[in-house]
Amino acid sequence: MGKDVKGRRDFIGMALGGFTALGGIGALYAMKRSWDPLPSVKAAGFTTVDLSAAEENVLSVEKWRGKPIFVLKKSADMKKDPRDVVVGSDHFHVSIGLCTHLGCIPAYKPTDHKFLCACHGGEFDASGHEIFGPPPSPLEIPPFKIDGTTLVLGEAGPEYKKMLDAGLTV
Amino acid sequence: MAKFEKANSIGEWLDQRLAIETLKKVMNTEYWIPKNINFLWAMGMVLAATFGILVVSGIFLLMYYKPDTALAFDSVNYTTMTEVGYGWLWRHIHGVGASLVFLVIYIHMFTGIYYGSYKRGRELIWLSGMGLFVAFSAEAFSGYMLPWGQMSYWAGMVITNLFSGGSLEAYGLVEWIRGDYVPADAFLTRFFMLHVFLLPLVIIGLIVLHFGTLRIPHVNNQDGEEFDYAEAAELYKAGKVKESKVIPFSPVFLSKDVFVMGVYFILFFYLVFYHFEFAMDPVNFDPADGLKTPAHIYPEWYFLWSYEILRPFSKDLGLVLFAISQVIFFMLPFLDRSPNVAPASRRGLFKYWFWILLIDVIVLTFMGKLPPTDALFANIGLVAAVLFFVLWIALPFITKSEKKL
Ligand code: HEM
Ligand code: FES
Repeated sequence: MGKDVKGRRDFIGMALGGFTALGGIGALYAMKRSWDPLPSVKAAGFTTVDLSAAEENVLSVEKWRGKPIFVLKKSADMKKDPRDVVVGSDHFHVSIGLCTHLGCIPAYKPTDHKFLCACHGGEFDASGHEIFGPPPSPLEIPPFKIDGTTLVLGEAGPEYKKMLDAGLTV
Repeated sequence: MAKFEKANSIGEWLDQRLAIETLKKVMNTEYWIPKNINFLWAMGMVLAATFGILVVSGIFLLMYYKPDTALAFDSVNYTTMTEVGYGWLWRHIHGVGASLVFLVIYIHMFTGIYYGSYKRGRELIWLSGMGLFVAFSAEAFSGYMLPWGQMSYWAGMVITNLFSGGSLEAYGLVEWIRGDYVPADAFLTRFFMLHVFLLPLVIIGLIVLHFGTLRIPHVNNQDGEEFDYAEAAELYKAGKVKESKVIPFSPVFLSKDVFVMGVYFILFFYLVFYHFEFAMDPVNFDPADGLKTPAHIYPEWYFLWSYEILRPFSKDLGLVLFAISQVIFFMLPFLDRSPNVAPASRRGLFKYWFWILLIDVIVLTFMGKLPPTDALFANIGLVAAVLFFVLWIALPFITKSEKKL
């Protein structure tokens, strides 16, 4: 085989290989993007909760972005906490109701003022601090804004930003 | 065109065009299998047959399944189970098959470990086998999502959360895998795609590779004996069938496989018709509800041992150990430093290593099923989990000091 024949064959091979590699990288990006959450999923994001009807020491569970949201109005004998959402003189514990271990929903025990996670035995107090078991961090606080006696979930108000800056949630 | 003679039979006609005679020799009549093996060597073909049954029953389940979070639960539990003629049969076969395939995989793996069938030329058999184990695990998990019951949803939630990597807090990755903040429609449809197409394709490819890796080293035997296959084959072909150490895979050896398969399928169909409930978690007969966790979440029995490794530790340590336990079996051919290919009973300390590992995995499995609240069982689980890692760390040392046989 002549030298230039080999050279030309190699060139054709390399040209195809080069374009295939480029196309392959493009395809990988397209594949990654196809697995991304859809814009409609991302946009469906705000829930409002009326706090005026809440009863003391009774957990109500709202739904935001498919996740359960704990809203617990604290009674006088329950400890106040910098993580509380304060509306007038009322203190509320508001958090995403998914255990920070692996995401089960802890159950609220009103007599002990504790959340118990059945999956691996984790426990949280009524302010969402982890007090026992594998959960590594407190229950997360969803982005919220206080608007009179309603709570808007999904929008970051000044109270939420303060908690975030103070490292009280992630 | 190449020159073709007139063929005198269909077989000859095919042979001229496809060389089926050569193929038959390589894969059947001159694929030599040692005589000195027992029923445990039939587990591979039992697995292949079970996979076939899973494919067939899956095809019929697919006919009425609807991959949509609003429709999936009823399409399985109502349409397939009560309306479709014999729909229940496919479902029970599929459920029982998915459970038993893991039982047989574990037997097959521990047989390989016991007889040292993963080294001295058989490393690739082991590695492709572990590839199959991982692919089957993913296949079982993705299939478990499809009925969209409570266990589907919450298992999906917990398992995808593992990818947040603990303190790495890679929630972006978790949401990317799910296609949503929580397991929802996008999650169900992509796991449907994985379960019915991509993973079965990968499994078929891996089975072909697994069989390919067996062809040159041949299967091991009960004594780990190395012998000259060419010589043994000559003896057999010369009619000295008694003196030869080998028999051809087909039709001679296959008949033994078929016998074991017969016994296995009697058990299989007994379970399908009379005891299918063990493979059907009652909690999964409640539709998925993102606002209510079932009282106690546990995986199917075949994942319990690794689940139990996750549980007794803090989140980060648990995740790291869990990740290691998922891949450590891949390392077996390289962590075993002994040159001996022999049954564990003749290998000194390795004998104890083998039996302790087997019992430890069984103990972990039982503890994984119990609720996390009982202190005694939680401690047994912790000890068993620590022991699991102690064993793997000890392996290179005890095999290094093993006497050469
Ligand atoms: C569905 C999955 C699998 C199928 C269909 C399959 C099939 C087979 C078959 C037909 C054989 C030859 C006969 C025998 O020794 O049983 C074999 C051998 C073997 N397989 Fe698998 N296998 C599967 C999974 C695995 C797994 C998960 C492992 C372990 C990591 C594994 C490791 C081995 C080893 C080490 C051998 C060689 C045994 C010897 O040389 O004696 N296989 N497999
Ligand atoms: S998910 Fe709550 S303790 Fe594990």
